[in-house]
Amino acid sequence: MAKVVVITSGKGGVGKTTTAAAFAAGLAMRGHKTVVIDFDVGLRNLDLIMGCERRVVFDFINVINGDANLNQALIKDKRNDSLFIFPTSQTRDKNALKREGVERVIEELKQQFDYIICDSPAGIEHGAITALYFADSAIIVTNPEVSSVRDSDRIIGILASRSRRAERNESPVEVNLLLTRYDPARVAKGEMLTVEDVGEILSIPLLGVIPESESVLRASNTGTPVAFDEDSPAGRAYLDAVARFLGEQREMRFVKPERRNLFRALFGRA
Amino acid sequence: MGLFNLLFSPHRQSAAIAKERLKIVLAHERAGRNAPDFLPKLQNELIEVVGRYVQIRDDMIRVNLGKSGETSLLEINIEIDGAKPKPPPVRTGLAGATPARPG
Repeated sequence: MAKVVVITSGKGGVGKTTTAAAFAAGLAMRGHKTVVIDFDVGLRNLDLIMGCERRVVFDFINVINGDANLNQALIKDKRNDSLFIFPTSQTRDKNALKREGVERVIEELKQQFDYIICDSPAGIEHGAITALYFADSAIIVTNPEVSSVRDSDRIIGILASRSRRAERNESPVEVNLLLTRYDPARVAKGEMLTVEDVGEILSIPLLGVIPESESVLRASNTGTPVAFDEDSPAGRAYLDAVARFLGEQREMRFVKPERRNLFRALFGRA
Repeated sequence: MGLFNLLFSPHRQSAAIAKERLKIVLAHERAGRNAPDFLPKLQNELIEVVGRYVQIRDDMIRVNLGKSGETSLLEINIEIDGAKPKPPPVRTGLAGATPARPG
């Protein structure tokens, strides 16, 4: 049974697209046929993060409007056969994302895929609501910072009241927290909210902690989902989160400050 | 964390401040989250109706949705103390009938 997963946050710039790309890549690496959809109409970026920006011909809105069929618009990842990218349109008409059209496309994707990852735009407007509406599961991407935590709380409330599951009185959307840009050294100094603080405030299960890492910018520079960089802390943290999402037990890593290591300081990669 | 940092860092415990502020603001926002949309409209109409009889300010009527155990309570507080009775309606066409305005 296909599962629809929304990557959302309310606040912008917290790492939704990075997470959507990494999570989709991680699920594909585990052998699950996965598609990642960009819901940020007018501000297409998932294609860049996935490194397929020059292969976009048709997009989400073309398929919704019937100008192209699904298989013409889906882009197969060159690194993993189970991974597909569904780019959005650069149109300025935000309302092009009609709910009935999106529903039809998602139902069609469910026939082909195990996981449908919806990369939500920031905010709580039409695009963000459409992205979360069909979700079975939600990953709340949060930075350990007051405005991000507050916006996450708001989005959790919206998932509980405005998703299709809520409207139909079905079992609620399964909601998980992914804490990103975590800096254990600053946490140890009392300068940053701890993972426990954020967990306590939002009171939803913790899926993973992604440390602040140079590898994230390196990944976006090169158009590689960071989960493919299995040597990097962020890449490993995302793969752990994917494993937990699939029901495995994994110890939380990267939540304690790293010991200074002279060798690593001189030669290592972050 | 060294003792030196603990004692002398100018930014110490800013995370603790963040946590406290978040707890307070979210408690407030969560309470208002499930409030029905009609509350502000109800408040405005109450102000209008009560205002026909006594002079009141907008902030003298408060409408809240609360809970007492399992019972939902719609709480309406109208502060009437010190409110002046409304002057009789102004008759038009009679010069001098309107109360003089200061200034």
